[in-house]
Amino acid sequence: MALIDLSKREVHCKIVYCGPGRCGKTTNLLSVYESMAEKDRGKMLTIDTKGDRTLFFDLLPLNLGTIRGFNIRIQLYTVPGQTMYEATRKLVLKGVDGLVFVADPLKVRRQSNIESLDDLRRHLQDYGLKIEKMPLVIQYNKRDLADTPTPTLTIEELESDLNDTLKVKTFPASAIEGVGVFETLQEISKQTVRYVANKHLLADMK
Amino acid sequence: MRDFILTAGMIEKTRMAIENSLISAGVRTALLIDGAGNILSNCGKDSSDIDTISLAALAAANLGATSQIAKLIGEEDFSLLFHKGKTDNIHFGRIGSELILITIFREDVSLGLVRCRVSELAKTITEIFEDN
Repeated sequence: MALIDLSKREVHCKIVYCGPGRCGKTTNLLSVYESMAEKDRGKMLTIDTKGDRTLFFDLLPLNLGTIRGFNIRIQLYTVPGQTMYEATRKLVLKGVDGLVFVADPLKVRRQSNIESLDDLRRHLQDYGLKIEKMPLVIQYNKRDLADTPTPTLTIEELESDLNDTLKVKTFPASAIEGVGVFETLQEISKQTVRYVANKHLLADMK
Repeated sequence: MRDFILTAGMIEKTRMAIENSLISAGVRTALLIDGAGNILSNCGKDSSDIDTISLAALAAANLGATSQIAKLIGEEDFSLLFHKGKTDNIHFGRIGSELILITIFREDVSLGLVRCRVSELAKTITEIFEDN
């Protein structure tokens, strides 16, 4: 649910990075945080827990400039990927305006990707949202592993597993090297702002 | 979940209600947020010193987690949360099903007074949001 503050002329949108555990959601946020100018980014919030898994969520607020006199503020969230943290994941998805699904290319994670996408679809349904109608992009992360002996899935295999029916824009990336991270963010921001503007601002102006 | 559009009138009425009730009673900071962690109103003398975006996101998550804990023990929900610190205390109260009022106060204000004022404010704020 976007927040449109008419008194400050601000639009706040919530973009959530989803995907199976250890696919690189937090790494995406860290990469955005490190490469953005200080004036355009807020403080990155990560809840410290033991180990390197996200148990609750990470949050990074960004300022994306002005459209039609409205300041566009975006909050990037990650969800915990591990299957057992379902309740937290659903909580973070509350009020989501745009989604990035980060897919893990490791062969052993093939089923986890599919299950994670199904889980996302189900949670959105519980909030009365359809995944097909939401701004969504898929990121094929860890492409740097393709040239190593680690068994990985090809883009074609990932496409057929995850994007066969959705047909959304996809981006190959290597979040750890900062490759493809901005392209993903740029596309989802564009889609999300358009979605929120069409739904609220432009409808009001017509 | 409902879509909110905040008008200047709604913001002003809510701010005035919070100022007159909580801030005048000595509360340092009061934040009205929604369940997704968006800040709707921000009052009090210390509010500019606090990272309110993080506070709002964590508070929304905190109440969400508490709500899940409630369900695990057979309760529908807990309507408030209170954390006591060495100098500052924080109170989270639900306002209807969508909003949360966060109140930060020190020893000079009693918890009973805060609970009483938050409960009165809940009615006023609900009316302001329902009228729009």
